[in-house]
Formats: sequence, C-alpha cells, structure tokens
Amino acid sequence: MTADISKPPAVPSKPDGFGLRFVRILLPIAVFAAFLAAWEAVVRVNDIPAYVLPAPSAVLSTLIADWGILSQSLLVTLLTTLEGFVAAAVGGIALALLFNLSRWLEYSLFPYAVVLQVTPVIAIAPLLLIYLPQHTAVVVCAWIVAFFPVLSNTTLGLNSVDRNLAGLFQLYGASRLQTLRLLKLPSALPFILGGLRIAGGLSLIGAVVAEIAAGSAGAGSGLAYRIAESGYRLNIPRMFAALLLLSVAGIVIYGLLALTSHLVLRRWHESALRKED
Amino acid sequence: MVSLRGVTKVYDNGVMALGPIDLEVRRGEFVSLLGPSGCGKSTALRLIAGLSAPSSGFLEVERPKVTVRGGHPVGFVFQEPTLMPWTTVRENVRLPLKLADVPPHEANASIDQALAQMGLSEFAQAYPRELSGGMKMRVSLARALVTDPDILLMDEPFAALDEITRFRLNNDLLALWRGLRKTVIFVTHSVFESVYLSQRVLVMTSRPGRIAAEIAIETSEPRAEEFRTSTAYAAYCRRVSDALAPSYSGRSA
Repeated sequence: MTADISKPPAVPSKPDGFGLRFVRILLPIAVFAAFLAAWEAVVRVNDIPAYVLPAPSAVLSTLIADWGILSQSLLVTLLTTLEGFVAAAVGGIALALLFNLSRWLEYSLFPYAVVLQVTPVIAIAPLLLIYLPQHTAVVVCAWIVAFFPVLSNTTLGLNSVDRNLAGLFQLYGASRLQTLRLLKLPSALPFILGGLRIAGGLSLIGAVVAEIAAGSAGAGSGLAYRIAESGYRLNIPRMFAALLLLSVAGIVIYGLLALTSHLVLRRWHESALRKED
Repeated sequence: MVSLRGVTKVYDNGVMALGPIDLEVRRGEFVSLLGPSGCGKSTALRLIAGLSAPSSGFLEVERPKVTVRGGHPVGFVFQEPTLMPWTTVRENVRLPLKLADVPPHEANASIDQALAQMGLSEFAQAYPRELSGGMKMRVSLARALVTDPDILLMDEPFAALDEITRFRLNNDLLALWRGLRKTVIFVTHSVFESVYLSQRVLVMTSRPGRIAAEIAIETSEPRAEEFRTSTAYAAYCRRVSDALAPSYSGRSA
C-alpha cells in the first residue's frame, strides 16, 4: 500500500516568531560574552599589566570605583549632547521650512550647509574654541555635525508630498500656512524622525570631538575630557570605563529616538507596521 | 454649467495634450469622457477643476453663489483614494471644511451626513490603511460630497478596484446621482462603465485629445443590475466600442 504517502511531507520548519526573536537577542550577547572571556583570558595568561591592556574585570571595577567622577562627566557630556541635538533639530527643521518657502533662500544658503557638513568638525573645533566661550563652542560643534541630516531629511520630506493631495489643497483654496501645517509637515514627519534618529548619535560625536579639542587646551569636565586626561596619566582602565559609558550613552540615545519614532508613526506609517505573513 | 470652446492644453515640453475640444455639460447631467490612456481626458478634467490653466480657448464653469459656510462648487475624486494616511476617516472627510475655516462643531453635521451617504458611519475613527480599496474610495467620495458641490469631477475613480467592488460602487454612485442630481463628469477607459453610468458618452481620440463621437444613452430610469445584461446595453456598448476603434487602429499605423 501507499502508506508513506499519507504521512505529511517533511516541511523544513521555519523558526517561529518567538524563537527567531530569542535567537536574534541571544546571538549578539553570546558573541559579546565570548569576546570578553577571550580578552580576560589573554590578559591573565600573558600577565599583561593594566596600563597596557586592562582586563574587562579591571575596567568594571574601575567603573565602580570611579563612578563619582565618571557619572559627573557623563552628565556634562549628555547635557552638551542634548543641547546640540535640540539646536540641530530646531535649526535643521526651521532651515528646511525656510528653504521650502523661498527658493532664493535655498539657492543662497544650501551650499554653505553642505560646506559645513563636509568640513571635518575636528578641524573646526579648535577654531571655535578660540572665538567662543568653551561651553558654547562645544554645543556649536554638536550642532554643526547633527543639523545636516535633519535639514536634508526634512527637505526631502517636504518635497515628497502626494501630488494629488497637493492638487486637492489647491482646489479648496488652501493658504500656504494651511498647506504647510496640514499637508507638508505631516507628510514629512517620517523623514524628519529619520533625520533626528541620525542626529542623536551625531550630536554625541560632535560633543565628544569638541570636548577632546577643548580638553587638550586644558579645560573641561565631560567624558571625552576624562578619556584624554586618563590617557596622559596612563590610567588606561579609566579610559576604557569612560569609553564604555560613551557607547552606552550612544545606544540609549538611539534607542530612545527609535522608540519615539515608532510610537509617533505606528498608527499609519509603513515603516512602523508589523509585517503580515 | 460647464462649457469649453476651442480649449487646448500644451505642456511645457511642447507636447500638445489636448484639443482643441468643445464640450457643453448641462446642469444635473451625468457625462462620461471615454478614451485610451494618454488621450487627455484627465487633462480636460483638471482644466475644468481649475487645477491647471488652458493654453488657449474659452473655458467657463458656472459657479453658483455658495450659500452655506464651507460650501464649495467643485468636488474632485482621483484615481487613487488620495487620503491623508496620518489621520482618521473622519478627519479626512473634514479636510475641505477645515480648509474653509469652518468651526468643528458646525462642520460635524455635514461630515456625519457625507459619511452616512457613503455607508461609512461605523468607520469614522478608522485609519485609511485599515480599509480596503473600495472603502478608501468611498472615503474619497464622502470627502468630495462634504462641501455639497454642484459639480462632481471623477478621474477614473474605480479603475483600480476589483469588478465586484466596482459594480457596487457604480450602483451606489447612480443612486447618489439620482438623489442629489449633481452634475457629474466621469473620466473612464471602460466602455462598459461609461455606458452603464452616463446619460452621454463622449469618446476621445489621442494625441492630441479630441472628442471623436458623442453617444447618448437613453434608457428607462432608474438603471439597475438588469440593465447590464439587457440587449439595449449590449447594443450601446457595441456602438461606443466602434466609435473608439479608429483611435486605436490609427496608432498601429
């Protein structure tokens, strides 16, 4: 008889949603743990001194021991980053709106926005520190690095309005302000949020670059300054601890902005919708 | 109500898109513009809507004095539903009134009425992405009706829908037209749809778009599904198709 036919064919089972998510979280963690273990082992087996390469355990204990000074510095850097980010968000969106209202303004100023963007900020920072008070200079650096993605994304968003919807607004005699408020800004929102997501990480970079430049001038108290200072003193474990804090800060900033974007867009935008099988 | 005399439209790149065409539409009439893609029928509709200006000729759309606040003489329905995805059905329908600065509490009655007319009352709080293609098109129609326009301009509104949905919307549109007696100018590339819906079919040729034939569809009203299978319907479809034929054969030469 054909008994074997009655058996359902062996379908390679797809990992279900839960399993897949589990693997996606677990894999990077496993890689990270293996990396740390190997690092720790190399340091211990070869008896490498901490001022050459500190073991992860030494970094962690430094982080705990120096938490007072490091957390102070973290706060300073985060505040600078936040100021730079807000300035970049407001400045980028405002500039894009102005460009959208006036072609002349766009033609006159856009090239300079590009110039600011392509000139390495690390080369601009020392100059800014000469002419501006230190805190202002650091915020301006963060702004210079972070505003461009907001500007260019917002511009793109404002220009990607559905043509027929724009026609409808024209038909009903909408004013420029109404068109901007009810059509262009909502259309641009997903793009603006994408720009802000990039700007968050960049303003941290801008702040760090400026702090390092300022630190070498002998002042400052942010995390990047701690890194530079610890370097001079050969306090390598503290360098690593400060670096760790910086990268955690970057991850948290990105995560918060991604979450915001998701919450704002989840009711309507493709990017925030769950995939349907 | 609407009259075009010797109207042409030349695009910026020098392409002659339309005309010259002559067209008269009477108040309360249901007229179809039928033709192949690219024959300028959508261009004609945009000219009538005032969305673009004719290059030459005389165009007049009678716009009676609007007596109600937020009233607008023209309603336009695009081929795509053209809804704002970021807001609800209700707010989409509110848009024309909002642009006319009608206060929300005054607008609500008109919105409720337009939603009810299209059978959308239960979906007022839904977002466009949660609706099917047919439902989205109903929202688009409700939005066009909310200003109580005299003229309804429709640019292949049902072309992207499946046949079953299209038939239902055809019947609903006819019922609406019988009830409200709006002037409707309906652009389509479907012979069957144009014959089923309209009192007059204007057949257009392409490049440049001109009106090649005019066929009046005279049947006993009201039309319903039986009309689709009647011999009279078949005969009209045949006549319209024949009128359309030269515009296709001319192209292959």
